[in-house]
Amino acid sequence: MTLTRRDFIKRAAAVSAAGAIGMNLSPADLAQASEAEKGWKWDKSVCRFCGTGCGLMIATKNDRIVAVKGDPAAPVNRGLNCIKGYFNAKIMYGRDRLTKPLLRVNSRGEFDKKGKFQEVSWDKAFDVMAAQFKKHYQALGPAGIGVFGSGQYTVQEGYAMVKLVKAGLRSNNIDPNARHCMASAVVGFIQAFGIDEPAGNYDDIEYTDSAVLWGANMAEMHPILWSRITDRKLSNPDRVKIVNLTTYRNRCSNLADLEIIFKPQTDLAIWNYIAREIVFNHPEAIDREFVDKYTVFATGHVDVGYGMRDNPEHPAYSEAERETMRKQKTKTVSRAEGVTLAHLGYKEGDELQMKHAAAAGKHWLISFEEFKRGLEPYTLDFVAELSRGDADEPLEQHKAKLKQLAEIYIEKGRKVVSYWTMGMNQHTRGSWVNEQAYMVHLLLGKQAQPGNGAFSLTGQPSACGTAREVGTFAHRLPADMVVANPKHRERAEKLWKLPAGTLNGKPGSHYTKLMRDIEDGKIKWAWVQVCNPWQNTANANHWIRAAREMDNFIVCSDVYPTVSAKVADLILPSAMIFEKWGAYGNAERRTQHWKQQVTPVGEAMPDIWQAMEFAKRLTLGEVWKEWKISDSLTLPDVRAEARSMGYKDDDTLFDVLFANEEARGYSWPDPVGAGSLNTLAEGDKRKVAGFEGYGFFVQKYLWEEYRKFGVGHMHDLASFDAYHEARGLKWPVIDGKETAWRFNAEYDPYAAKAGTGKFAFYGPALKALPSGDLAGPRKGDKTPLPNKAKIFFRPYMDPPETPGGDYPFWLVTGRVLEHWHTGTMTMRVPELHRAVPEARCFMNGADARGMGLNDGDPVWVESRRGRIKARVQIRGRNVMPKGMVFVPFFDERVLINKVCLDATCPISKETDFKKCAVKVTRA
Amino acid sequence: MTGREGMDRRSFLAGMLKGAAASAVGGVVWGGLVAGMDRAPLVLRPPGALAADNFPATCIRCGRCVAACPYDTLELATPGRPGPVGMPAFTPRKTPCYLCQDIPCTAACPSGALDPSSVCDETGAPDITRARMGVAVIDYTNCIAAWGLRCDVCYRVCPLVDKAILLEMTRNERTGRHARLVPRIDPEHCTGCGLCEHACVVEKAAVFVQPREVALGRVGDQYIRGWDRADERRLRQDAVQPPEGDPLDYLNGGGLDDE
Repeated sequence: MTLTRRDFIKRAAAVSAAGAIGMNLSPADLAQASEAEKGWKWDKSVCRFCGTGCGLMIATKNDRIVAVKGDPAAPVNRGLNCIKGYFNAKIMYGRDRLTKPLLRVNSRGEFDKKGKFQEVSWDKAFDVMAAQFKKHYQALGPAGIGVFGSGQYTVQEGYAMVKLVKAGLRSNNIDPNARHCMASAVVGFIQAFGIDEPAGNYDDIEYTDSAVLWGANMAEMHPILWSRITDRKLSNPDRVKIVNLTTYRNRCSNLADLEIIFKPQTDLAIWNYIAREIVFNHPEAIDREFVDKYTVFATGHVDVGYGMRDNPEHPAYSEAERETMRKQKTKTVSRAEGVTLAHLGYKEGDELQMKHAAAAGKHWLISFEEFKRGLEPYTLDFVAELSRGDADEPLEQHKAKLKQLAEIYIEKGRKVVSYWTMGMNQHTRGSWVNEQAYMVHLLLGKQAQPGNGAFSLTGQPSACGTAREVGTFAHRLPADMVVANPKHRERAEKLWKLPAGTLNGKPGSHYTKLMRDIEDGKIKWAWVQVCNPWQNTANANHWIRAAREMDNFIVCSDVYPTVSAKVADLILPSAMIFEKWGAYGNAERRTQHWKQQVTPVGEAMPDIWQAMEFAKRLTLGEVWKEWKISDSLTLPDVRAEARSMGYKDDDTLFDVLFANEEARGYSWPDPVGAGSLNTLAEGDKRKVAGFEGYGFFVQKYLWEEYRKFGVGHMHDLASFDAYHEARGLKWPVIDGKETAWRFNAEYDPYAAKAGTGKFAFYGPALKALPSGDLAGPRKGDKTPLPNKAKIFFRPYMDPPETPGGDYPFWLVTGRVLEHWHTGTMTMRVPELHRAVPEARCFMNGADARGMGLNDGDPVWVESRRGRIKARVQIRGRNVMPKGMVFVPFFDERVLINKVCLDATCPISKETDFKKCAVKVTRA
Repeated sequence: MTGREGMDRRSFLAGMLKGAAASAVGGVVWGGLVAGMDRAPLVLRPPGALAADNFPATCIRCGRCVAACPYDTLELATPGRPGPVGMPAFTPRKTPCYLCQDIPCTAACPSGALDPSSVCDETGAPDITRARMGVAVIDYTNCIAAWGLRCDVCYRVCPLVDKAILLEMTRNERTGRHARLVPRIDPEHCTGCGLCEHACVVEKAAVFVQPREVALGRVGDQYIRGWDRADERRLRQDAVQPPEGDPLDYLNGGGLDDE
């Protein structure tokens, strides 16, 4: 009797979650539950974590989040969540949440770079922040300041910051941590299709016959999508094939039909092997009509460096570091490169001068014959020997697996989706390898159709929605426009009501370069928002020293005390996801909005409020004057034209950019927000810093202004109100309808409108190219390429640092399912902390035995750049091949980015966090 | 009368506990059934510990295993705690056994209560995967992976992942497009280290370690799995023997009537 009752009560307490996942509940259960839920208010939202974009329902009571459930109506997850999603409510209420502005001060309470943090008022925080800004901005100009932004900004936050920095401050030095995450994917999309983001969507999983993972540990990093892939496999186990291409065994292998462990970087060679199989041995597999009608062939330079500093002899670097850094200028052609670069006349032992580092993205048209000639060296024998990643695997077995892989792609009528994330993006040839994925899919005509396509998965919840679509990058503007294009600047200036010539046409510093600029004293004022750059950026010792020891001022808006907060001079407490209105865009182009659910804790305030309050302290007179940017670029004084537009010199950026007449037209209250909190519009019960609201609907204004950039320009977003009705909509949203497969005339109105038949790769960027051969472009006219996609030939090249000598191991970094990025939120959830309390150094068992190491023994993991201590793990989720270690980056006590190399893809500027050389020694 | 009732209750509980062994594969509500059962059989001993019958008689309560444990997993029982005072045990939810490869606790035991030979491979080298401190069982009612969530934390933290804990994949008919990835314990490989119990993210662990003699059932020897050659190893010399002796003894003996 007692047992039964206890059991019953337990079930009733779990009822909301159970309801969401379809457990059968008796009417008695439900009655019990509704009693327990009295006073709860449920509202839709979205998960704070990865790029999957699972829908959530949030329950609040007494202005506090009391429960979460997966949203059963959300198409992505249908009520399910992963274990991070499960704990969304708990991330808000960690005991060390930041609730007051904190400033480094001396004994008199004045700002002091060497002082200790002390609580200050918001007014004082902004006054010091603005004074420091003006000091450095006046001295160094718009390039002397920088903002570290995020793929975890809400859409409106990213938009507000782009507008503030680019239109207001006339600087392009804003770049998101998404640079570290999917910049290579962006380059792949722009160069191949002329427009960013995937053609397909998650429903491809249910349509496809084959899911091929290339450096995507979906089992841990996209948990809910992985359960969809698993379900697809179960639905037809004989037909559906799962392939896991990875550099070490991870949890995806447990479902995979085929596991291919390859040597880091050789994905470049494996793609070319598949293409060679198609072109040389199975020409019948080429979709001739598709290729002829919708594609062209292209290639680019190879002597492009590795995105390291231009000056390898930089005084701040040690001789050991310079050994690697010198490859930026010149490298010795390796045995493999002697084969793969033979078409350019190189042979093993030659010195390859990196002459085109500054033109890394340049490319030109080649003939199919030239394309075929480039692929010639990638025979099965050559590629198998080069790419075998597990020395214990017989070469013949590896070879057989590569053959099977090619057959899966080539088989007529077999649908294939290639998925990738950081393995292909965080890569010194990341843009190339992305393009190679399209190369194979385009040759076969297996692209932009249900169940067929190359699909780049994003890591962050709004890497697509904010970082990419809004364009919070150093070179971008909203809706795929770029600052370097005068027509794009002109359009943005019109939409933003700026005087002509206000926008700066010189791309700013990318994320890693922001750090280098701080180290070089070129940037002396930086603002960190929704990211943790001093933990997430490779070669962290340099950046930590520069922040703490040089003359500069770093502001960190954060929710918990992070490494970046610790090295900052001013910390601003920020509101978290459910404490503000917002929107995220996931990896399948789905935009999802939510309403503010609760009042922020303490004196924490939304990032948009912080931007607007800071903007109040800057006048047009201070920012819109003449600025010399470089010897060839001077930004004109636009104040006279501003005055002719009705602006006054002493108008603030707040007045002009955020609280202008149009903005104030978005009144609050608004029916869409009936019954909801809106701290920005009406303040809240706390009256932080005396704030009683701006009196208008800030987020709706920002959204409606932002979407003007995309409507009619292939990036159509729906109205603000529409998203509060729907469970997200996949853009372009045209006549209220979302688009499932882009470039496919059957599904995409833009493609249908092009009138080119079944497909139209209508992206407008980089669609006029010169022609040439594999060696380079010829002089002559550019060929326009409307509605065409490009099939690139890209060769194999070594990474700049490979194991050998004193540093015999590959180091790979990454994530674990339980923790998000640098762990600042998930490490505050006691259950997740307990599940994975520390970052371990995963190591091969035989390697460990050879060094007399047991599981759990502490070791130093040391590179030319730095070292960290971690405990060895030789059992469990990741099984390392000999000669490779894996250390995740979530744990600030194991700050692995002190060890990593800050080499990037020279085109995308995305860091390769997957490859550098280390030694491991007993600690 | 009272004594007899007590007996019945005990045997009822024992029956339930044996039934719970099935929860390692089948899912039985364990709940608060054993709460308050402060008896030695629920104590988890260090790797290589002698069987529950022999351990208390052999352990000299010297505490050397506890001192040797680098993770402070092992504790000596104090009065009011389960089991005889002064003997080593561990509580996985608090601190699990991290399965040291060199097994320092067992090596430190002077009495033989922790028997190194039971946790060695054929060459005599320590092999912690042979430890059988207990076995994990799963309460599927409160396992959120069984609900369809992508948890499987216990699976990923298991040092013998894909052996001691497997993922069973089944289709989630409600959503129509997701699979359930549900952990399942294989007692053949489970060491009872309790890393799963320690890591389980629900309020009260839905996966937890019990002594093997408590949690596992036993199939008699009269039936062998015909599809599994290795199963014959279960046959022991003292297996139930066929009838023997003088047939007349049987035929003339009683036993059929109610007397």
